[in-house]
Amino acid sequence: MSDQINLPEAGQDTLKPTATLWQLFKEFLVIGAVSFGGGIMAYERFLLIEKRKWLTVDEFMATLAISQTMPGLNSVNIAVLAGDRLRGTSGAVAAAFGLILPGMIFVLIAGVAYSAGEDHPLVNMLLAGVAAGATGLLTSVTYKIGNQHFKRLKSIAIIAATFVLMSFLKLSLVWVIVIMGPLALFMYRPRAETEPK
Amino acid sequence: MAALIHLALTFGMLSLLAVGGGTAVLPEMQTVLEQQFNIDHTTFVHIYSIGQLAPGPNMLMVLVFGFQVAGMLGAAVVLFSFFLPSSALCLTVGRLWNKIGERPWRRAVQNALEPISIGLMCSGVYAVAKAAVIGPLTLAMAALTLVVLLFTRVNPVYMILGMGVMGAALMHTFGLK
Repeated sequence: MSDQINLPEAGQDTLKPTATLWQLFKEFLVIGAVSFGGGIMAYERFLLIEKRKWLTVDEFMATLAISQTMPGLNSVNIAVLAGDRLRGTSGAVAAAFGLILPGMIFVLIAGVAYSAGEDHPLVNMLLAGVAAGATGLLTSVTYKIGNQHFKRLKSIAIIAATFVLMSFLKLSLVWVIVIMGPLALFMYRPRAETEPK
Repeated sequence: MAALIHLALTFGMLSLLAVGGGTAVLPEMQTVLEQQFNIDHTTFVHIYSIGQLAPGPNMLMVLVFGFQVAGMLGAAVVLFSFFLPSSALCLTVGRLWNKIGERPWRRAVQNALEPISIGLMCSGVYAVAKAAVIGPLTLAMAALTLVVLLFTRVNPVYMILGMGVMGAALMHTFGLK
């Protein structure tokens, strides 16, 4: 037994990158401060894979998949998973807190100002325009995210049914998910040929 | 105190139901805030829109709803109840994930959840549009923003701010809506 060549059992632990809590907090804080107008996951990808090399491309893709499957904001989930991978629970807290801190301060200042003067006519006109713009933004984001699904019959059926249950039958979200979850899972169940042998 | 517990339960629930990102819970959030916390559609859309101007994750405006209901303490309660449950769940599942690895059912779960989440986002668009599109001018501005964002690489923040200024000018000068 050549004890010098000691291959690690789990290949992913080779050369595990290191990060201090402060580095995690600071790097995600920068993303939280500069990501005006969205695209936050692209910044995270750049930070984790290229800038700090904290994750490999494969690890990032797995992280992305989990964060998209789990509830919660995808960008926050990525920060949580990356932070946990590097520094455990406190790393997850440092990364997630850094990510939301700048926006948190922004919305609180803006929100307090809004709550104090919401009946000023000019402010209301400004906000009406901002709201119209935000509607366009939300529509474009929905279109871009849904793009692939709007072309698949199965998905269109699920999207339409969910929309009708939520917006017209006015069911509560819990019921919509209780009804649509199993239905959609059945429609997209793993096929026999894709099962591992 | 009762209001704080109510806030915590409401946003904790929304946190765990936010499949595919926070936008999916927008319609539910609007309904609950209106029926149980007296925040009307216009206020909801204004605060939502302010939130879109902020950097970072796009749902941080939930803190402002907490603030409106119960001041800074309300904002703090919403912060923890909206971000902690889903993050704790994600952390736990992430760790299990590293042990069990990729399985066909994970792909199936994601494939199933994606269209549901898109359906909910459509409901979100509908809910926001119902409150934001109040006349031909706002309709035209929403459509213009959509087209510009789909076909160019303009930063959405500039677009939204531009709509705010343009909207205020047109509304003020011509009394349009």
